[in-house]
Amino acid sequence: MSTDTATPPRAEWPLWEIFIRSQHGLAHKHVGSLHAADAAMAVKNARDVYTRRNEGVSIWVVRAADIHASAPGDKAALFDPANDKVYRHPTFFPMPDEVKHL
Amino acid sequence: MYAQMVDTGLAKVEDLDALPPAERAFPARIDADVKIEPQDDMPEAYRRTLVRQIQQHAHSEIVGMLPEGNWVTRAPSLKRKAILMAKIQDEAGHGLYLYSAAETLGVSRDAMTGDLLAGKVKYSSIFNYPTLTWADIGAIGWLVDGAAIMNQIPLCRCSYGPYARAMIRICKEESFHQRQGFDIMMAMCAGTPAQKAMAQDALDRWWWPSVMMFGPSDAQSVHSAQSARWKIKLLSNDELRQRFVDQTVPQAEYLGLRIPDADLAWNPERGHYDFGAIDWDEFYAVIKGHGPCNRERIEVRRKAWDDGAWVREAALAHAAKRAARTDDAAEAA
Repeated sequence: MSTDTATPPRAEWPLWEIFIRSQHGLAHKHVGSLHAADAAMAVKNARDVYTRRNEGVSIWVVRAADIHASAPGDKAALFDPANDKVYRHPTFFPMPDEVKHL
Repeated sequence: MYAQMVDTGLAKVEDLDALPPAERAFPARIDADVKIEPQDDMPEAYRRTLVRQIQQHAHSEIVGMLPEGNWVTRAPSLKRKAILMAKIQDEAGHGLYLYSAAETLGVSRDAMTGDLLAGKVKYSSIFNYPTLTWADIGAIGWLVDGAAIMNQIPLCRCSYGPYARAMIRICKEESFHQRQGFDIMMAMCAGTPAQKAMAQDALDRWWWPSVMMFGPSDAQSVHSAQSARWKIKLLSNDELRQRFVDQTVPQAEYLGLRIPDADLAWNPERGHYDFGAIDWDEFYAVIKGHGPCNRERIEVRRKAWDDGAWVREAALAHAAKRAARTDDAAEAA
């Protein structure tokens, strides 16, 4: 057993990413992050930090460590499949002026 | 401003043409108004400067709660007290938005708090002045938050995404702060002669510190020029200060208060107000720690941090215990 009595540096409360749904019909949107000891505290803190003016009707909290993101360096390759398929956009197809409702 | 005299660590402004080709991509993105996001490549000096700037800004919001907190128990009515508490809660929120923006640059919250408590990182000079009367709460909202808005609106367009987004959120809330301050000043100026004298006294004491808050002229500053190049400083200190004076003088006239500057006069040629010389010795003394309240502000923050240590530890221990119980229950099921 160690005889070292020095206390180790205290761990920080984990970081949580906060998502708020602003009104019925809209999706949750990332608004920022905060620290909390657990999920319940993260929801309470998110209410106080991010919804002081009725900004939300629903809160999601996700541990920041659990978020996996695409790498900015791979952006070109990752999104390449969309780049050469302009025909996915309706404006790709020219329509005669006299034809309506298309 | 809330972040004053931010050091970029550079001795001269980067010359785009002199940069090796590999390092030109970043300034090109800045020039094209592409927002920089946390995982993007960025020069170390840009990252470090932003950490300093956002951190100073966050500390200012947090320390800024103290002069206002001084009047919570003595607010003149329940309505004023509730409004003041809501404003102070907003300041805490603003500090937290900014800390979370700084954390995206790889600095921990505890490290930032440690730097503040150790006196390694500053907060705005303005919060080292005392709030002697209730009118000071009005003057702070009107002048200090008014000056803050002036600085923060351009920062909503700054190059670093998380900082810009925090600024947008803050600006939406800041206008409540300025109006509640002006509302207090209006009430006092419409009150008894003694109340109006109190409002004048508050303006007399807060005017010059507010004008100084923008920082000394940075027209010749390498750091400001580089920060402007990086689009994390959008307007010069002198430009912001002039806007602030131009905006505030007519508001003081409306209140029937006198701005304590004998040289203040409208200059029709410039289309701006001329104003008197600023006592920069006072400004430098305050940022070096010799303002009326520097010592008290940091002592209060240290005490809050130390007194809260057991709560932070207990919350972690409680969360660990509950998580363990949930795991046990899951295994038993």
